[in-house]
Amino acid sequence: MSESQKIIEIEVLRYNPESDKEPHREVYKVPFSDDMSVLQGAQYIKDNFDGSLTFRWSCRMAICGSCGMMINGIPKLSCETFLRDYYPNRISIEAMAHFPIEKDLVVDLSGFIEKLESIQPYIIPREARTLEQGEYIQSPAQFNEYIQFTSCINCTLCYAACPQFGLNPDFIGPAAMALLHRYNMDSRDGGAEQRMQLVTSEEGVFNCSAVGYCSEVCPKHVDPGNAVNINKINAAKDYFLRFLSPKGGSK
Amino acid sequence: MEIFKADVVIVGGGGAGLRAAIAVAECDPKLKIALVSKVYPMRSHTVAAEGGAAGVKKPTDSFEYHFHDTVGGGDWLCEQDVVEYFVEQAPLELTQLEHWGCPWSRTEDGHVNVRAFGGMKIERTWFAADKSGFHILHTLFQTSIKYPSIKRFDEHFCVDILEEDGRCQGAVVIEMGTGEFTMIEAKSVIIATGGAGRVFRESTLGGIVTGDGMALAYRHGVALRDMEFVQYHPTCMPVTGLLFTEACRGEGGYLVNKDGYRYLQDYGLGPLQDKPKNKYMELGPRDRLSQAFFFEQQKGRTIEHPTLGSVVHLDLRHLGEAYLRERLPLIYEMAETFMGLDPAKDPIPVRPGVHYTMGGIKTDGKCAASLKGLYAIGECSSVGIHGANRLGSNSLTELLVFGKVAGVEAAKNAKSAAPGNSAALLKQAQAVEQRVMALKTKTGGSERISVIRKEMTQSMEDGCGIYRMEKTMQATCDKLAELRERFKNISIDDKSSVWNTDWLTAIELDYQLDVAQAMAHSAINRKESRGAHQRLDGYEQRDDVNFLKHSEAYYVAGAAPRIALGDVKITKSQPAARVYGAAGEKADQERKASHV
Repeated sequence: MSESQKIIEIEVLRYNPESDKEPHREVYKVPFSDDMSVLQGAQYIKDNFDGSLTFRWSCRMAICGSCGMMINGIPKLSCETFLRDYYPNRISIEAMAHFPIEKDLVVDLSGFIEKLESIQPYIIPREARTLEQGEYIQSPAQFNEYIQFTSCINCTLCYAACPQFGLNPDFIGPAAMALLHRYNMDSRDGGAEQRMQLVTSEEGVFNCSAVGYCSEVCPKHVDPGNAVNINKINAAKDYFLRFLSPKGGSK
Repeated sequence: MEIFKADVVIVGGGGAGLRAAIAVAECDPKLKIALVSKVYPMRSHTVAAEGGAAGVKKPTDSFEYHFHDTVGGGDWLCEQDVVEYFVEQAPLELTQLEHWGCPWSRTEDGHVNVRAFGGMKIERTWFAADKSGFHILHTLFQTSIKYPSIKRFDEHFCVDILEEDGRCQGAVVIEMGTGEFTMIEAKSVIIATGGAGRVFRESTLGGIVTGDGMALAYRHGVALRDMEFVQYHPTCMPVTGLLFTEACRGEGGYLVNKDGYRYLQDYGLGPLQDKPKNKYMELGPRDRLSQAFFFEQQKGRTIEHPTLGSVVHLDLRHLGEAYLRERLPLIYEMAETFMGLDPAKDPIPVRPGVHYTMGGIKTDGKCAASLKGLYAIGECSSVGIHGANRLGSNSLTELLVFGKVAGVEAAKNAKSAAPGNSAALLKQAQAVEQRVMALKTKTGGSERISVIRKEMTQSMEDGCGIYRMEKTMQATCDKLAELRERFKNISIDDKSSVWNTDWLTAIELDYQLDVAQAMAHSAINRKESRGAHQRLDGYEQRDDVNFLKHSEAYYVAGAAPRIALGDVKITKSQPAARVYGAAGEKADQERKASHV
């Protein structure tokens, strides 16, 4: 290590359920260069100081969605957050807020996965088509209706940002709602009515208090807050239509 | 130990594994499928593929063209009957994905659009901006949720496959969150664990790309085929190795050296073209472009960057911000975030990095390995379509075409195979558990995993890089043998059960060392230059007399692998000079004339 090597202090919230009663903080002094991400800082600790430090990661390029954590209290992908932007101050990293901690920086995502599965995140064809008939035709206008909402990488930073999810873990939440909206808006899909039940349910959009922090932290500009709010309007319309139609607006 | 009884177990939940799972489910909804993945499926490395997936689309294109591009691109080491099937199925599978919701980029009239890619005669790469793999993976994952017969084992790590009575009949997995073992019994086992490029130092790959399934099949006596062929992608971010897609060049990007000179014209890819021209200049195949970089560096014509090392420039500036944001949004953001550059204003420093494992678990054209009941698909497999050099955008299509084939074949096998001997399987699984637990509980070791890994990746880069020589390859073989010994003396810091990634990383390193040995020994044995395997020590030419053959590496416990040579299936394309640019066009015309 050269004398000019810069050292940053990384404070990590550690928790091992087999040996710790509660989470505690440990500080590591990590030599770094300007191109090093927070993820690389964590890797340095694991490789050189303590192999038991536990975190999820894979692609290193902000597309696999594995490496979200609270960095100085803000939900971020650690692979695209750089140590240089915090130096010379100490940087703190913790597991994503609002999720149960499994170990160190790893949180329990099973609840999120169940939500994602519950919204029927697949094309329910508006009209069937064989492979021999080729692709569905989708005009640029139709394409633009939904494309933004396909960009979600399931990193769940928006859940770590959502105060309502913090209060009610059953709330379907921003990412799952954005995905629901993505399929509803796709011209190939005819499943919107089936999905509407979930939108208006107790776990649905009316939990949202329109803080908008979810969209602010989204690393892929999906704007899940917008998806939630569009569905609030749709759900309200649906509610009033129930009084007009004997079958209800969504049935 | 928990026991789960399935009909088909699939190890690996990326594009290939998910496509196979859907195929099994559609064959027969009564078949129970266990889909094992060490990450949530949508984290699999398919997610990072950028450029697109090849399949004939335009009226000016043909299966014949796609076939010849692929076989020539693979330097005639492809299984030609398998390539014929592949190119015919490609458009159907890509259309299937469209029906499932994949947001392929479109033309103004609403049809799926295609872009140019390296080594392809006609534009035939279906793309979803520059996040094609991301969209393919998420579409498949989300679609898989429709099928109740697919039971996912997310964040479960496979430590072995089970072989009984000459058949593969299951897998042993660890639930990462608890450290508990499960035996999954199944009549068919599909391995879909992806590549092994992380055995090299600078790569485009995610941390999970550790060759797990390759090592497992190999240890059970299945050959790893053509492992010496490792693809260097020519345009990667220096140091991290992150990928700048070939689509950058398909859309019109230039590669220039320190003099601002488009140097590819000096390497049989010219003459210079203003606009992207298929199979010319920047649209040459990846092996040739990475090799050209090597020689530019030798000639002192690369740019010497103070922190990044030797680089050339990927110049996209003339394409303009609006076009770049539409076609290459991820590339734009990566350049901004990771390099502090604006690609509309600044050229991007790049150099080659390890990207793809052409070889893998040897299978027949129906994805069946030599061990009955075992199938392999995707990057971990060698079904035979890539030969000595893969063309960009063939591998995403491969996941779909052969994922489906393997699913159908595994379903057939599961329905016809006799029930297994559960007691014997359990006994084996318990022995596996003991062996794997011993690695964690042992004490007194002094080698750090990270140190062995670092030495391995450096040695692979030194000995098995873009150009290879006997002496350095031998040094790598020796180094790997040494690391194999030292691995016995590793120490694992973490002794806990919950989320013990220290332990799992050690198991991965064990896999990596086996796969690295298969690569290095296959490489030193191939005394010729072909595709991505290029030598500078007297074997600079392709040698069809002795090496128009597949390499097959067989595992030998405690020693170097045994390397054998296997036949190559040739149907309609006899080996010829592999030429691009103007020379390629001339050769094409001559071939056509001779057929008239």
